[in-house]
Amino acid sequence: MFPAKLPGNGIFDEMLLADGRVREHYAAYWDWLNKRPPEEMERKRREAELLFHRVGITFAVYGESRGTERLIPFDCLPRVIPATEWAWLEKGIRQRVQAMNLFLHDIYHDQNIIKAGRVPAEQIFRNAHYQPCMQDVSLPNDVYAHISGVDLIRDDKGDWYVLEDNLRTPSGVSYMIENRRMMMRLFPELFSGNRVEPVDHYPSLLLETLQQGSHVSHPNVVLLTPGRYNSAYFEHAFLAQQMGIELVEGPDLFVKDSHVYMRTTAGPQRVDVIYRRIDDDYLDPLAFRQDSMLGVPGLLSVYRDGNVSIANAIGTGVADDKSVYPFVPEMIRFYLDEEPLLKNVPTWSCRNEPDLGYVLEHLSELVVKEVHGAGGYGMLVGPLSSREQIAHFRERLIARPDNYIAQPTLSLSTCPIFTETGITPRHIDLRPFVLSGREIRMVPGGLTRVAMQEGSLVVNSSQGGGTKDTWVLEAPSC
Amino acid sequence: MLSRTAAELYWLSRYLERAENTARMLDVAWNMSLIPFSVTARDELSTPLEISGAKELYAERYGTLQVHNVLHFFTFDQDNPGSIYNSLRVARENAHAVRGKITSEMWESINTTWIELQEMSSAGLLSIGVSTFFDWVKQRSHLFRGAAYGTIMRNDAFRFLRIGTFIERADNTARILGGREHVDVTPGSTAVEFYRWNALLRSVGAFEAYREIYSDSLQYDHIVELLILRAEVPRSLRSCVEMLCELLPTIEGNAGLNAKRQAAVLFARLQYGDIHHIMDVGVNEYLNDFLRRINELADTLRREYLEVV
Repeated sequence: MFPAKLPGNGIFDEMLLADGRVREHYAAYWDWLNKRPPEEMERKRREAELLFHRVGITFAVYGESRGTERLIPFDCLPRVIPATEWAWLEKGIRQRVQAMNLFLHDIYHDQNIIKAGRVPAEQIFRNAHYQPCMQDVSLPNDVYAHISGVDLIRDDKGDWYVLEDNLRTPSGVSYMIENRRMMMRLFPELFSGNRVEPVDHYPSLLLETLQQGSHVSHPNVVLLTPGRYNSAYFEHAFLAQQMGIELVEGPDLFVKDSHVYMRTTAGPQRVDVIYRRIDDDYLDPLAFRQDSMLGVPGLLSVYRDGNVSIANAIGTGVADDKSVYPFVPEMIRFYLDEEPLLKNVPTWSCRNEPDLGYVLEHLSELVVKEVHGAGGYGMLVGPLSSREQIAHFRERLIARPDNYIAQPTLSLSTCPIFTETGITPRHIDLRPFVLSGREIRMVPGGLTRVAMQEGSLVVNSSQGGGTKDTWVLEAPSC
Repeated sequence: MLSRTAAELYWLSRYLERAENTARMLDVAWNMSLIPFSVTARDELSTPLEISGAKELYAERYGTLQVHNVLHFFTFDQDNPGSIYNSLRVARENAHAVRGKITSEMWESINTTWIELQEMSSAGLLSIGVSTFFDWVKQRSHLFRGAAYGTIMRNDAFRFLRIGTFIERADNTARILGGREHVDVTPGSTAVEFYRWNALLRSVGAFEAYREIYSDSLQYDHIVELLILRAEVPRSLRSCVEMLCELLPTIEGNAGLNAKRQAAVLFARLQYGDIHHIMDVGVNEYLNDFLRRINELADTLRREYLEVV
């Protein structure tokens, strides 16, 4: 038997029950694992690392010298979700994304939710991601967030929570696909013996979703990247290749006679859909940041004329902002007249006096995040921070309270990983990817991110987080 | 195809070819400098500097001509834009930018080259062995070309890769042959001269071709004819331009009128060229004219395909 450690402290482990027995949905995998020679996993781990390096599945790290590339650590013990549990999760995620698209349409049209007093007006109109230029712009299928990545975590009881909704340019889906390919290459026998739901068709679903975002019948779809020094460049190139579309940079595109064209060796070619992996601010130097070299001058006016589709739409950030996040359950009730299936993490908005007071008193217990932050930058994890770090953060918080929200430090469930000292638990989350076209579609599972350091709760790849293959597993039918 | 993609592919293969040619050229210099009675070793060292137009940069950085300095300058010197290190770095960066347009075999080949190069760079040239390193550069170039031939679709991506190769190769062959103004042009006159021309032919992989075509001792006009006019020699100017003439009309669309015409004119001059005419004009004059024309063609390619405004 492989020795497997429990996380302790009452933390929920995905594989092990509190008494150390293996959960039912891991039974088949565990049996298989215990028939392998112990040194095999270490050999496979090295093989995976070599392959990832050779293939160049890397990401660039900001703040380090230009072109620095790192591998995202990959662990080959899969994270398994029973199919029944996934079916329930999927329902909850669909409900959430549907409500958020309705919300976006509403605030850029009639603003009923504000008129009804369910969301304060200032939360929207004073939000940095709110784009007045989108008022009354009508979009195909009324879809704003074509691609979203909803981050889910579990507490010590195993209850699921939504940590954040990523409605701008969520990344990581390429690792979901590459992780599966790697697992199938390393352990083909696992996939003949287990009914693991496939994820490899994601790029074709994505392409269909993007095509549905246009009124043109055979639209020319391109992927707009900030370029090869962007941290997610690998993913941009990967998705463009998998979908068979052009990977373009801003200077490859130009606007003429209210249409967007790309420069090709055979002359200008019309572009109908832009899957952009660039933030709103950089999209069009004539409309947003003038110093942007990444965007396309004049793009916004073509977009407003309906002559090009952009995914995700301009202005979606207003719905995934951390200060708007507490209102998502209310959106579900307002637009769908349903109770939310997935829970929100309790959140204190430091812009509110009483909330700020509470947060300042409990800094050492809370997680404090920047409202517009992402990637695990600029956050405080109270229980894991030193006195000095907390004191330092307190000053920043007092200086700009409206820039922060706080949440209780959730324990986050663990899943075992292979380490040099055996199988030990690490904290994880889950990012399923949601595609909204004429209908909402998902591939089963998503990307499981792992905090590779013992005890760490930060799973972001920019902070040294790793990934795992995620299995949605049908129970064996007997 | 996206103009920028075409440009990245074009420069990817140009830089890779440049790295290979630099290795070839230096291998000659290195071998010549090993010959004890080579009183003109100094010339051999300065030839690569002349050819690549880096004489001043070298003088600034190192001062006097020393064989190990020249070798370092052209191999691992990160401050020399023409070093093999930088050529391979840029080639790999270009590949990185278009990795969705090349096959995984091609990407893995160039990426591995880059990873190994960094290891070699920190190990140092002497511990690797000078000729071993040049052989490695040539082999990595062959490997990438082989991966490209064997795996990529016959589309515009393939064509722009090839166009880059032949523009760079034609330019390099012309420079290698032309950078000999100050040299005694009677190949057989002394042992040193024999070695020198012998090494030049080997550097462009044409020594066996010479033997086979002329079955004769080394003669200057034969060497000139071989490297300019002969269709059988893959690095001759004629072969390179012939490939360009084949490739350009197969690019999709109707752009590139001027590029196609310039290539065709240049090819006609080589196809119907005459060695006596070249000798009368003067080899260096002829080659300078060729370099002007091939660079004009490269410029037209840039305007008509790669940097369309």
